[in-house]
Amino acid sequence: MAKIELTRSPLIKNVMKSRYPQLAVFIVMLVGYIFAILAGLIGTPVGSHNFSIVFVWIAWWAVLILVAVPFFGRGWCAVCPIPLPGEWLQRGAVLSPPEKRPKWLNLRVPKMFRNIWLQNISFLLLALFSSVLLTTPNITGIVLTAMLFAAIGLSTIFERRAFCRYLCPVGGFIGLYSQVAPIELRIKDKQICVKCEGKPCYNGSQAGYGCPWDVFPGGLAKNTYCGLCMECIRTCPHDNIAINLRSFSADLARPSTRMDEAFKAFIMLGSAMIYAGVLLGPWGVFKDAAYNVGTSAWFVYAIIFLSIIFVILPGFFTLGILRTKSALPLKQRFASLATALIPLGLMFWVAFSLSFVLTNASYILAALSDPLGLGWNLFGTANATWQPMLTSILAPAQTLALVGGLIWSARTAQKAADEVKISSIPVIVYCLIVTSVMLWLLL
Amino acid sequence: MKRSELLSRILITVAIVGAVGAPLLLWSRTPLIHAQMAENGGWSPDVIQAEVGKPIHLKLTSDDVMHGFAVGQMDMEAVDVEPGKVTDITLTFDKPGMYTFYCTRWCGLNHWRMRGTIEVSGSPSDPEPASIPLYVSLNLDVDTPHDASSIPIDQPSAIRGKELAAELPADLSVEYYLSHSPYQVFEDLSNTSLTDSKRWDMVAYIWQSNTTKESLANGKQLYAQNCAACHGENGAGNGVFVDDLKAAGDSSAQTMAGAQDMQMQTPANFTDPTRMLGGSPALLQGKILRGGMGTGMPMWGSIFTKEQIWNLIAYIYSFQFQYRN
Repeated sequence: MAKIELTRSPLIKNVMKSRYPQLAVFIVMLVGYIFAILAGLIGTPVGSHNFSIVFVWIAWWAVLILVAVPFFGRGWCAVCPIPLPGEWLQRGAVLSPPEKRPKWLNLRVPKMFRNIWLQNISFLLLALFSSVLLTTPNITGIVLTAMLFAAIGLSTIFERRAFCRYLCPVGGFIGLYSQVAPIELRIKDKQICVKCEGKPCYNGSQAGYGCPWDVFPGGLAKNTYCGLCMECIRTCPHDNIAINLRSFSADLARPSTRMDEAFKAFIMLGSAMIYAGVLLGPWGVFKDAAYNVGTSAWFVYAIIFLSIIFVILPGFFTLGILRTKSALPLKQRFASLATALIPLGLMFWVAFSLSFVLTNASYILAALSDPLGLGWNLFGTANATWQPMLTSILAPAQTLALVGGLIWSARTAQKAADEVKISSIPVIVYCLIVTSVMLWLLL
Repeated sequence: MKRSELLSRILITVAIVGAVGAPLLLWSRTPLIHAQMAENGGWSPDVIQAEVGKPIHLKLTSDDVMHGFAVGQMDMEAVDVEPGKVTDITLTFDKPGMYTFYCTRWCGLNHWRMRGTIEVSGSPSDPEPASIPLYVSLNLDVDTPHDASSIPIDQPSAIRGKELAAELPADLSVEYYLSHSPYQVFEDLSNTSLTDSKRWDMVAYIWQSNTTKESLANGKQLYAQNCAACHGENGAGNGVFVDDLKAAGDSSAQTMAGAQDMQMQTPANFTDPTRMLGGSPALLQGKILRGGMGTGMPMWGSIFTKEQIWNLIAYIYSFQFQYRN
């Protein structure tokens, strides 16, 4: 599919370029975020009736994984409120152009942290505590507060959005999966960038700030680290930045060579499978272990969790590709072929999320009218009863997602294998096996 | 500073202050009574102030599982207190005093401990002298064993006993029934020419004639709501909480007085004739009203009315006697 440049539309372009529409969205999101923190801390401790749990872990998660990531890539990052207070503080301004001298320390993030390993760790930390986090409002309130302050703290120490880029627990997988989205921010003409003096898109100018995500747009080849903040559209003096509509998973044609990204694919694939088993499966003993944080059963659960993600899944994958004939070192083959797991991982999460989102979506109505559980009835829906939705289409939709993910990954595997000139068959067999396990877990 | 920058800063500040302030303000103005399982704190607050004749509006919510709310010795329907939802209730007290409110749902092993008090102040319009319970005036020791020395071979039948009514001694007053155990009455009937089994039938008839269908029905309902969780639906001491009670007893036995504690955690078996036929209604009144010291048996004196306790006692004896075909 040929790319369609959306920014050709004057309306879209002006909306992106102007700071006001974005600011309006930011304020709404920030208010919602602060309200979620407050609801978690002072609202009812009953998760299913607390705004923080219902709107963060059901509504937001549903929008994120079912719509935002697959269709808009880092679309969520474009409106995420977490970095805003820190960024405003860092800049000393909301709308005004940058000052000549930075207000804070403005350090560069040390090289050893300039990858997504910290994000892998922060995601796993939340994942291991997720049974408690996802059901306990005050824990959710505390974690949301901690993320806000971590972002503020990092903004005062490091340059740009260090939190988003290197620490945010969801930012890592959003970036990984944003590669499949049919939307991208790219330059129009490379030669213009090459000749451009001062590179204001990266270094900033009176028109706006240098890329908060520490990316030089001129070199953008994939969505992973572009936060769609639109700053470069404002700063580019040559009108050389475009938002394009493109085919799905276009970025995956160029497989990754990074181990942090490869392991991110395994972390996401594995945790979707573990969640499907633990949270949706019939095994009470696993649920108890996951919920009773700090007990010996939980430690066993944590060890199993990490073993599946870091040993079992990558181990079998490595065994599968070990015998493929290639001149490339095993590490590079591993990283390149793990790219094939990206669509499958995303569809695992779609299938898993469909299950609990459709089951729990009816809580949204009640929580909307009585967000703190104080007996309010703001919109007359406080007494909406819990009712699983669309139960008849759940299993077919999940099957479709998983089988679709398998086909999608198989095609990605073929392309990735062609790129590094090895056989894709072991990866396709691997995908088939894990998809079968996931189908068994979910259905 | 440019005007747009200033305006946006003002807007952001107002939005943040609003997002924090508005819910905090509304929250602080909505006093809720929180219900939690007793082991997590029970009712909070657990003391409520009220005034005679002035309706008080209570907003109740549960922080964990389904609970219920009722006030003891008050003619009211219990209301459910659901997790995360708010139940509104208005109460009006026409007499001052200390009232007990309690959970009416079997929320957990310590459900019975989920109680609080409502202190109702005001001058009594109709002062009522306190009456001494029968078990106190009879000076009964509620805690000593009271086993019957002999028990019937078959379940005593009030229907068969009724046929022998002509042979009943004339002086069987209500006080006599209340203060005597079935076994004592059985013994008192030894001066008749009746066989043991007929004497037991007559005892059953005496117990039946001291109650009514309505009392038994009320007792049955109270029993099902309040007693069956431990004592079992059929009175056999095997309610749904028994295993947990035993486990709690086992763990306390490790640090306390050993086997005695475990024994105390075992709910009474009302189908056991040795135990039940040896106890008088007055003795059972003491056990229910006061509760079992050092056992899991709670005190019900602040919850049930006198009449309700007698109805309950009449029903508990029905596990021993056949009242109907």
